[in-house]
Amino acid sequence: MLEIRNLAVKLADEDKQIINGLSLTVKNGEVAAIMGPNGSGKSTLSYVVSGKEDYEVTGGDILIDGESVLEMDATERANNGLFLAFQYPIEIPGVATMTFLKAALNAQARARGEKELQTPEFMKRVREAAKKLGIDQDMLKRPLNVGFSGGEKKRMEILQMALLQPKLAILDETDSGLDIDALRIVADGVNALRAPDRAILVITHYQRLLDYIKPDTVHVMARGRIVKTGGPELALELEKHGYRDFVGEAA
Amino acid sequence: MGELKQVRTDAEAALIAAWDRAPAQADWRKAAFARFAMAGLPHRRIESWHYTDLRGLLRTALPTRAPDSAAVEGARARLAALRIGAATRLVVLDGAFRPDLSDMDALPEGVAVQSLAAALVADDIVSLLAPKGLGDDDSIVALNAAMMQDGVVVRIAPGAVVERNIALVTLMSGGAPHAAFVRSLVDVGAGARARIVEIADSPVAEIQSHDALVLRVGEGAELEHVAHVGYEGAGAMQLHSLLATLQRDATFNSFCLVADGGLVRRQIFAHLDGERATLGLRGLSLLRGREHADTTLVVDHALPYGVSREFYRHILDGEATGVYQGQVCVRQHAQKTDGAMKSQALVLAEGAAMYNKPELEIFADDVVCGHGATVGQLDEDQIFYLQARGLPRAEAEALLLEAFANEAIDFVTDETLRDIFAQEAREWLARRVAERRP
Ligand SMILES: Nc1ncnc2c1ncn2[C@@H]1O[C@H](COP(=O)(O)OP(=O)(O)OP(=O)(O)O)[C@@H](O)[C@H]1O
Ligand SMILES: [Mg+2]
Repeated sequence: MLEIRNLAVKLADEDKQIINGLSLTVKNGEVAAIMGPNGSGKSTLSYVVSGKEDYEVTGGDILIDGESVLEMDATERANNGLFLAFQYPIEIPGVATMTFLKAALNAQARARGEKELQTPEFMKRVREAAKKLGIDQDMLKRPLNVGFSGGEKKRMEILQMALLQPKLAILDETDSGLDIDALRIVADGVNALRAPDRAILVITHYQRLLDYIKPDTVHVMARGRIVKTGGPELALELEKHGYRDFVGEAA
Repeated sequence: MGELKQVRTDAEAALIAAWDRAPAQADWRKAAFARFAMAGLPHRRIESWHYTDLRGLLRTALPTRAPDSAAVEGARARLAALRIGAATRLVVLDGAFRPDLSDMDALPEGVAVQSLAAALVADDIVSLLAPKGLGDDDSIVALNAAMMQDGVVVRIAPGAVVERNIALVTLMSGGAPHAAFVRSLVDVGAGARARIVEIADSPVAEIQSHDALVLRVGEGAELEHVAHVGYEGAGAMQLHSLLATLQRDATFNSFCLVADGGLVRRQIFAHLDGERATLGLRGLSLLRGREHADTTLVVDHALPYGVSREFYRHILDGEATGVYQGQVCVRQHAQKTDGAMKSQALVLAEGAAMYNKPELEIFADDVVCGHGATVGQLDEDQIFYLQARGLPRAEAEALLLEAFANEAIDFVTDETLRDIFAQEAREWLARRVAERRP
């Protein structure tokens, strides 16, 4: 469960406020969606929750399963079950995708005091998950995300999510850049993760994704705060009328 | 004009006194000595040594020494433990070639080996041992010519295809600090193919190793050179000069790993002396503590259709200093030359420094030549991405550094050697992670 209380965030090395008094709760078993205009602070929110150090929390708190994470670094948060599917996945030259996946899975297993997976079992899991997501086996040998198409990068994020089985997943515009088939595959991946002990937060610009991933709640974010909360019908309304009405309310 | 009186440092005086005690030498060694005595040790006002002020860094010149029988036994044991893969080993111990430690009874077909001392009696050896125009004005190359004790002369017959690696192993024995002066020659006949592996090892931290390796790659021949330069230990110094001549259609690729080793100066003088010669000079330096490693290249394209590639990477930690100087000269006659030079460094600590000096001198008008040099830190976005997947920061950094190192090591074509180097890089990085763990 994710609880954000009256959060205020500025850039770490500049006096630029990006998030102003944002409150949001995503309960276990819930799928929530955030929609909002470009530059409203959605990605920033996802980074801050994940522990990126470019930002400074100047007020409020972030709690995961009732515990404040502000003192934890990104590694600790990930090992506590948080996963962020990046809007722009990072290219890592020279690190084979398979090597990276193994390092990530092993690091999380170690942090939780579990046994590391044996290589054959690991390979089997990756192959199966990759197949479901339509990821070519050859891609797993290539350096992570290097030269991957936009859609391939997004699938790779979902593959990681499927392997890491997080308790709290934030997907930042995972649907952008996906073709129609891929959109469905990615949505299936998210739906497969739906569980009573998991919380999922989906950031998107398009109602279409929400046809496949039926959200329980929809939040509208503008100028660094949540300005409206409703059910799935709110997404349909936004699709028709845009953000005009809400952007005003935020002021 | 008044008389010029030169001030000698202690090290210079000791080196000059050592020459006085040596037996009479051939004229060119006398001339080389005169050049050294005139110039002294290189210092920061000598442009090619600007970042490695040897005159200031080399406080004392250590004496040379002949090994006793215990030292020979010690060398034998260390030889067995060296990680160089399968190879025909030719061993120099404390400056002298040691057939008894070498694989003399298993020389591959087409490979002839003798000691430098034995080869020196022949008249025609000088033009081979001191190729004109290669390092002529470098006083350390001159010092090596004057002082060289011994070395290995390897001749590879024309057309011979040598499958087994030939390893030139330079060992120093233990005990009191000492120095050695070695010059070796590898002469690759026309159309021949071979791979030379070079490695140095010493059980004591304080040594001074003066090495020169002269290579002649004959017409259409192919030579790969894989070196591990640097003795372990903060008090070690290695000055290594590589003098390479490439004849028509020859291919020469050299890769050098510098890991550990107090003070390292590695200079390569390469002369593309025939049409369509192909040269590849590459390396990786992993430096920490107060280590100082300088790689200085002088590549001379004399004839048309030559290709040269230089690719060097540095990882610098602690208060280490890395130097890369790459000078590529394309002479007027060397049309259609294709040259590309790249130097990239990651500086991990505030106290570490990297000096990059790529230089192109182009006198021909129809050439494609370029260079790039970057000095930077690890990418924070990449580190965050890895941390967001659960990797501790130190591990994330190690993974990125290993990738950076491996992209250089991948130029080594021999799989065993590549794995050995990759393993060394991993160990170097693992020590770094261990040291930073609270
Ligand atoms: N590191 C940074 N440096 C400077 N400005 C930043 C930085 N991070 C975010 N911003 C600014 O903060 C604002 C919010 O950016 P953010 O990426 O969070 O928006 P977003 O809602 O995700 O937009 P989009 O829908 O286009 O993805 C923008 O004005 C952006 O330029
Ligand atoms: Mg965004």
